[in-house]
Amino acid sequence: MNFIDRLKKYEYLYFALKNKKVIVGIIMFLFFLLLGILGPYFTKYNPLDFAGPGYLKPSLKRLLGTDIFGHDIFTQLVYGLKSSYFVGFLGGFIATFIGLFIGFLSGYKGGFTDEGLMMVTNIMLVIPTLAVLIIIAAYLPYRGMTFEAIIIGFTNWPWTARAIRSMTLSIKNKDFVNLSRISALPTRRIVVEDIASNMFSYIFMVFILQFAGAVLSAVTLDFIGLGPTKGISLGLIMQVARDWNAVQLGMWWWAIIPGLVITLLVASLYFINTGLDEVFNPKLRET
Amino acid sequence: MIRYLKRKILIYVITFFVAVSIDWAIPRFMPGNPISLLLSRFSGLPDAAQKLNTYFTQAFGLDKPLWVQYVNFWKALFRGDLGVSIFLYPRPVIDIIKTSLIYDILLLVPAIIVSWIVGNKLGAIAAVNKKIDTKVMPLFYFLTSSPYFWMAMLMAWFLGFVVPIFPLSGAYSYTMTPSFSLSFIIDFLYHLILPFLSLFLVMLGGWAIGMRNMIIYELGSNYSKYMEALGARDKLIRRYAFRNAVLPQVTGLALQLGIIILGSLTTESVFSYPGLGFTLLQAIQNQDYFLIQGCFLFIVIMVLAGNFIVDIIYIFIDPRIRHSYVEEG
Repeated sequence: MNFIDRLKKYEYLYFALKNKKVIVGIIMFLFFLLLGILGPYFTKYNPLDFAGPGYLKPSLKRLLGTDIFGHDIFTQLVYGLKSSYFVGFLGGFIATFIGLFIGFLSGYKGGFTDEGLMMVTNIMLVIPTLAVLIIIAAYLPYRGMTFEAIIIGFTNWPWTARAIRSMTLSIKNKDFVNLSRISALPTRRIVVEDIASNMFSYIFMVFILQFAGAVLSAVTLDFIGLGPTKGISLGLIMQVARDWNAVQLGMWWWAIIPGLVITLLVASLYFINTGLDEVFNPKLRET
Repeated sequence: MIRYLKRKILIYVITFFVAVSIDWAIPRFMPGNPISLLLSRFSGLPDAAQKLNTYFTQAFGLDKPLWVQYVNFWKALFRGDLGVSIFLYPRPVIDIIKTSLIYDILLLVPAIIVSWIVGNKLGAIAAVNKKIDTKVMPLFYFLTSSPYFWMAMLMAWFLGFVVPIFPLSGAYSYTMTPSFSLSFIIDFLYHLILPFLSLFLVMLGGWAIGMRNMIIYELGSNYSKYMEALGARDKLIRRYAFRNAVLPQVTGLALQLGIIILGSLTTESVFSYPGLGFTLLQAIQNQDYFLIQGCFLFIVIMVLAGNFIVDIIYIFIDPRIRHSYVEEG
């Protein structure tokens, strides 16, 4: 009782912990995160080791069986998860950062800057950015994980910029912003202290969505065969599975499970996002 | 309305211009030399390598200044000359793309329209029925989180292997030749079902979630409350909410088009469905740069055309834009 009373002081945290969607999402997210971080220490093999005969069905000894070549799928899965989290975090961070920067600048400055930046944003929105990624990646003979995350970050920001811009427009003429402006505060401080701090919850949710978007972009890129040239990822596992007709051979543990993990990971992020929306927005709270 | 269209068309023209420039610039400014990479594959055939070398130097016009190369690229584009495929030599790229584009359109257009309509209906039902809502929403989130190609593999595994009802690959049986006969059309539709279903399911989740949230928002707005206070029937209030909620969903359709088309590309690759995606994938695997360039260009054109169609539809369903036209006239 005492604990709950103390918790109620931190209103958002209290509602977040009461929200089923947030809790389920966070548990799923942390489960896969731990699997990705700790998994590699518990597997006996490296992802590209020949761990045994091919075509093995899942068993207690080999949790997810082996592929045609005898690679251990569980090992590949945990290593792949690690790279998914890495790309999601870095790619999501870069995309959020660029989106925020352009959104604030264009919303706050207005005028010519606004026109120019929104033109660029609209063009980026219409050009299928993944297609740009494809064409860039197709011409690079060597690609790393970090590089993949960076190009995903540089192409996924436009919708964030648009959303942040319109929110900035609605805040920037409020009295407290005007007051700061009269006090001759530098623009950077006004944006950070008055505007950004008022949409902190929204920015956090944007980051979660960008994280999910980066994970999905990366897995698609890997599946097309344009992912990192070294190492393993979940998309790559499925690409090999498709190339060797895993579906036709009925090897569901090879073709289906890695994608299921990605789907659950992305779904967990969506759950957290929707749940937090209810937490931050009292109108949506279930009472 | 004319002003609205003019603005949109301007954006599309600029976008097309940028896209073509990207298409032109990337092979030229990327590290590594695609041509030497290509030629190394013909090292066993010195004759062919020689011929290809002259062909490439001419095609790219590499001996000319950059701006001339750029202008030539545009000129060739308007003649419909996208070069010759290396992997399917000597078929011109434009030919290959034309044949695959038909399959794309036949797969994508029905999938997008049907999923949009069904998704919106289901979302609207979930928004007003709490019981259905709690049961169905997790499923919709699951659907919208899944990568397109994974849903395709899941469908292929489930309906092609576990319960082998549908064929796993191709757009028609190997014994058939494309024609307008009844038996071919039936065979074609039979092959279309799995790719269609997997695209349909992934998109469905997104539309339903969007619609549900919009309806809940609209039902909480002042006009709904006012109507409720006046004693209007629930059905009428819901119909008005639906009418308002559809507008952002149409905008959402335009924003999603790029992702949907890219998603369909990976779906096609799972089913070896001979559309643009399958072609692009083969081009990438065989490092057929002309074909990659061509595919990219047509993906952009498809997205732009789709966006334009959505813009036109928007004029008809949003009275505000129609109204401004009357005022202007």
